[in-house]
Amino acid sequence: MEVALEDNNLMENILPPDEQEIDVELEAKEKKYLRGEGANLESLKDKKLKTQLASREKLYGKSAKAAAKIEKWLLPASAGYLETDGLEKTWRIKQTDIAKEVDILSSRNQYDIVLPDFGPYKLDFTASGRHMLAGGRKGHLALVDMMNMNLIREIHVRETVRDVAFLHNDQFFAAAQKKYAYIYGRDGTELHCLKERGPVARLRFLKNHFLLASVNKIGQLHYQDVTYGDMVASIRTGKGRTDVMEVNPYNGVVALGHSGGTVTMWKPTSQAPLVQMQCHPGPVSSVAFHPNGHLMATSGKERKVKIWDLRKFEEVQTIHGFHAKTLSFSQKGLLAAGTGSFVQVLGDGSGNYSRYMSHSMVKGYQVEKVMFRPYEDVLGIGHSMGWSSVLIPGSGEPNFDSWVANPFETSKQRREKEVHLLLDKLPPETIMLDPSKIGAMRPSRRKDKPTRGEIEAEKEVAVEAAKGVEMKKKTKGRNKPSKRTKKKKEMVENAKKTFPGEEQGNVAGKKRRIGEVDAAELPASLKRFARKN
Amino acid sequence: MRIKTISRSVDEFTRERSQDLQRVFHNFDPSLRPMEKAVEYQRALTAAKLEKIFARPFVGAMDGHRDGISCMAKNPNYLKGIFSASMDGDIRLWDIATRRTVCQFPGHQGAVRGLTVSTDGNVLVSCGIDSTVRLWNVPRPSLEDSDLSSEKSAEPSAVYVCKNALLAVDHQFEGELFATAGAQIDIWNHNRSQPVHSFKPGNDSVISVRFNPGEPDILAVSSNDRRMIIYDIRMSSAAREIRMQTKTNSIAWNPMEPMNFTGANEDGNCYSFDGRKNEEAKCVHKDHVSAVMDIDFSPTGREFVTGSYDRSVRIFPYNGGHSREIYHTKRMQRVFCVKYSSDATYVISGSDDTNLRLWKAKASEQLGVILPREQKKHEYNEAVKNRYKHLPEIKRIVRHRHLPKPIYKAIAESRAVNNAKKRKDDRRKASSAPGTIVTKPLRTRRIINEREVE
Repeated sequence: MEVALEDNNLMENILPPDEQEIDVELEAKEKKYLRGEGANLESLKDKKLKTQLASREKLYGKSAKAAAKIEKWLLPASAGYLETDGLEKTWRIKQTDIAKEVDILSSRNQYDIVLPDFGPYKLDFTASGRHMLAGGRKGHLALVDMMNMNLIREIHVRETVRDVAFLHNDQFFAAAQKKYAYIYGRDGTELHCLKERGPVARLRFLKNHFLLASVNKIGQLHYQDVTYGDMVASIRTGKGRTDVMEVNPYNGVVALGHSGGTVTMWKPTSQAPLVQMQCHPGPVSSVAFHPNGHLMATSGKERKVKIWDLRKFEEVQTIHGFHAKTLSFSQKGLLAAGTGSFVQVLGDGSGNYSRYMSHSMVKGYQVEKVMFRPYEDVLGIGHSMGWSSVLIPGSGEPNFDSWVANPFETSKQRREKEVHLLLDKLPPETIMLDPSKIGAMRPSRRKDKPTRGEIEAEKEVAVEAAKGVEMKKKTKGRNKPSKRTKKKKEMVENAKKTFPGEEQGNVAGKKRRIGEVDAAELPASLKRFARKN
Repeated sequence: MRIKTISRSVDEFTRERSQDLQRVFHNFDPSLRPMEKAVEYQRALTAAKLEKIFARPFVGAMDGHRDGISCMAKNPNYLKGIFSASMDGDIRLWDIATRRTVCQFPGHQGAVRGLTVSTDGNVLVSCGIDSTVRLWNVPRPSLEDSDLSSEKSAEPSAVYVCKNALLAVDHQFEGELFATAGAQIDIWNHNRSQPVHSFKPGNDSVISVRFNPGEPDILAVSSNDRRMIIYDIRMSSAAREIRMQTKTNSIAWNPMEPMNFTGANEDGNCYSFDGRKNEEAKCVHKDHVSAVMDIDFSPTGREFVTGSYDRSVRIFPYNGGHSREIYHTKRMQRVFCVKYSSDATYVISGSDDTNLRLWKAKASEQLGVILPREQKKHEYNEAVKNRYKHLPEIKRIVRHRHLPKPIYKAIAESRAVNNAKKRKDDRRKASSAPGTIVTKPLRTRRIINEREVE
C-alpha cells in the first residue's frame, strides 16, 4: 500500500511547482533569518549615516535570502513525520507498529534497558545528543555513547544520587549525591566535591555562561562558574524547599517551581526573582521550556498541564486529565509528559498541544524523567527499572550545524570547540529576560533624580563593595579580631546609610502654611482657611 | 500510515580516508543559537582587546642622513625603494625591506627642498635652495644589489640653474613635464634647460606644488600669502584660488577621487576641498595640535597620513573629522614629511632627527603570507568589532591611545579654551535678537574668500 502511495506522489512531482509558490515559501523562511524588523531610516537627517545604514540593511536582506535558499535546497536531511490516513489516530499507534515500518538504524533506537536494582534513573544528554548519562537513585552512574551503544564508564558511588548533569561536553559530569554534589571526569574519577552547596536536589548547567546552577534541600539557589570555580551567586529564595528547577535555554534564566503553585524566575545577579507567576493552585510538579524561549509548560498536582506564553505571561492552553511528573520539550516543539508508567507526547506543527503519540510501559515501571534526545527522533525515558528509548517521529531537528553541536565529533574537533566555547563564555550579567537587549543603546536620560529602584541597586553595590574591601593588617598589638570585625561592620553600616538628599520621600518641603495648601487637601474644619484664588 | 524518522548513516557524515578533509554541515537557523547577540558582543570585546595586544606599528628606522629630512619621493614603478633628501643636500635611495641605503646622489650645496620621480621611474628630479634643479638616472635594481656593503653614488645627468631658491617640485602623472616652485611656478621639460612655462601667482613665494593624478594638466599650488591656487597648464593664468586664514604647508590630491584635494594647514587642521566647488571645505580634519607639515594619500583613496610639527604622525579617514591612529616615539622629533607606501601597507615618516621611520598603516595587521582561514578570522573580528564599536566598553578600548604628555596637555588646553569660547558665543547669541548673530560653520570659517579667475 505504501508503494502505491509513493507512485502517486511521483506523478505530482513531475509537474514543476509554480514559481510563485516557491517565492512565497522562501519569503516565509526569510522572515526567520531576518531576526526582526529593519531599522526605520526615515527619521535620520545625517545623509552619510543614512546611506551607510541603508546599504547595510540591504546586505542583511541579501544574506537572509541566501539563508532561506540554503534551507530550502541544500540541507542534507529532512524532518521526520508520522501521518495516518482515514480513521486511524496517531496516538493509538504503538512502538511495535512503528518498528515494522522504519529502517533498521532507527529501529535500533527502540529499546528497554532493565536495571531493577538501582532505583529510578535520571537522564541527561550532551548538546549533540551523542552521549547520555544515566544516574540511578541508589548510586549507579553510567556514561553511554549512544551512537554505538557503547558503555564508556559506569561507577557506583554507594550513596543516593538525586540528579545528574553534563557540563559543557562529555568530558565532565556532575552528580548530586547524598550530602554534596560532585564533579567527575569522563573516566569516572572524582574531580571536585562541591561542599558549599549542601545537599543538592537539582543540578542544571547553563552552557553559554559555564554556570552550574543547583537548588538544595533548604531552597537555596547556587550558581558556580566551573571554569575557575568561583561561586557567582548564592540566593536564598525564601520560598522553602523545592526540587523543581529548569533552565530556559533562550535566555539562561532559571525557573523554580514551588509548593505554593508559584513559578519564580531567577538570574544570578539579583537577590530577588525576576518574575513570580502563580501557575497552579497546588504544588508545581515540573516545569519545561520550549527551545525558542517563548513557551513554558508547567504541571501541577491537580492533574493539569498548562502552557504559558512568556512574552505576555499568559496561559495559552490547559491540558486536563493527568498529573505529569516530568515534562520535556523537543527541538521541534513537541511536549512529552510522563505520569506513572505512561508517557504522552503532545503537539502538532502549529503550536496546538493535542495528543500526538503515547507509550505505556509495564505497570511496575514508574517514569522518573523524560528527555528528548537532541537531533534525533528519540525520547529517552528514565524509570524505576532502568531506562528506555522510544521513537517519536518529527521531534528532532534533522540538520545539525557542525559549529554548534556535532554528533560526529572527532577528539580534535572537540578540543577546538572547547577552546572556542571558553573564549565565548558570557559573563553572568548577560542573563536577562530579553537577551536581544544586549548591544542595544539605552536612550540617554537627562540627569533626573534616580528612581527608587536605582537607589536600591546602588546601595546594594556599595554594600558589596564595603564587604569586599581588604582590611589593613595592623601591627603592634592593634590587630585584635574584635576591633577588626567592629570596623568592618561600621563600614557596611556606612554603605547602607542613605544620603539625605537622595531619599525621595523624605525630601519634604518646608512646612507649608495652611493657606498655601490646596483646598481639596484640607479637612473640612479647616476649609475656611484655604487661600481662595 | 506513513512514517519517516531521522536516521543518519555514519559514512555520509564522516570522512572516508584520513587524507580527506573533515565534513562540515551548516544550518543557519537562529533557533539553534540561543543568546547569539550576547556571544557576538563578547567576541567583539575579545577582538577589540586582541587588536590592542597585537598593535605594534613601528617596523624600523632607516638612519644614515646627517641632517634633518626635508623631503621624500616614491618611485611609481618600484615598490621597495624610497628617495629621501636632507637639509644638508644629501639624497639617498633606500631599500625599505632591508632598511639600507642603496644609492647616494651627492651634489646639492644646501638643503634639498623638493624630490620627485618621473612617471616611468627612471629619472629623479631634485631641487634645492642652491637654485639648481638636478636630474638623476635612477639605478635599476639588480642582483648586484644584494651585496649590501657597497653603496653606489651617481652623477646627475643634468643640472639646470635658476635665478631664485626653489622650494618644491612635482612631476606630472602622465607626461614629460615637471613643475618647480620658488619665487614663481616654472614648468620644465626634461630636455630643456629653461622652463617651458611660468606662472607668477603674486609677490609671495610658492611653497608647494602638486599635479592632479586624474587630469595631467592641472596642478594645485600653495603660496606663502595663504592662498591655494589651482592652475591649468594649458591656460595662461590661474583657474581658481582659495584664500584661507593661515598658510597651507602641503597639498595632496585624492588618487581615487581626483577632483578632491586636501591641504595641510599651519593651524593644525587639514581641509578637504572639492576642486570644482571651493566655497566651503568638504571636511575639516582636526586632531593635530601644531602645524601640519606634510600630507599624503593612500593609494586606496580612503585614508591619508599627515606629519606635524608636534612630533606625531596621524592617519585620517578621507571623510572623517578625527584621526583613526596616531604614531609617536620619544626619539622622533618634528616630522617634516610623510609618505604612504604604494601598497597601502606602510607609512614612512621623515623627521628632524635625521631618521626615516617605517610604520604599519594598520597597527595590528599581520604581515606576510596569511592563510585563508586566518584572513577570514581577521575579517570576522574586524566586522564584529565595527558592529558594536559604539557601545561604551568596546568604544573605550578601541579609542584608547597613549599620547605623549605635551600633546595630551595641549589638547586639554585647547578643549578648555574652545569650550569657554563656545559658551560665551552661545550666551551672546541667546541674549541677542534671533538672526543678528550668525555662526559660520567650521567648513567656511577659515576661508577668507575664494574666486574663480576667468
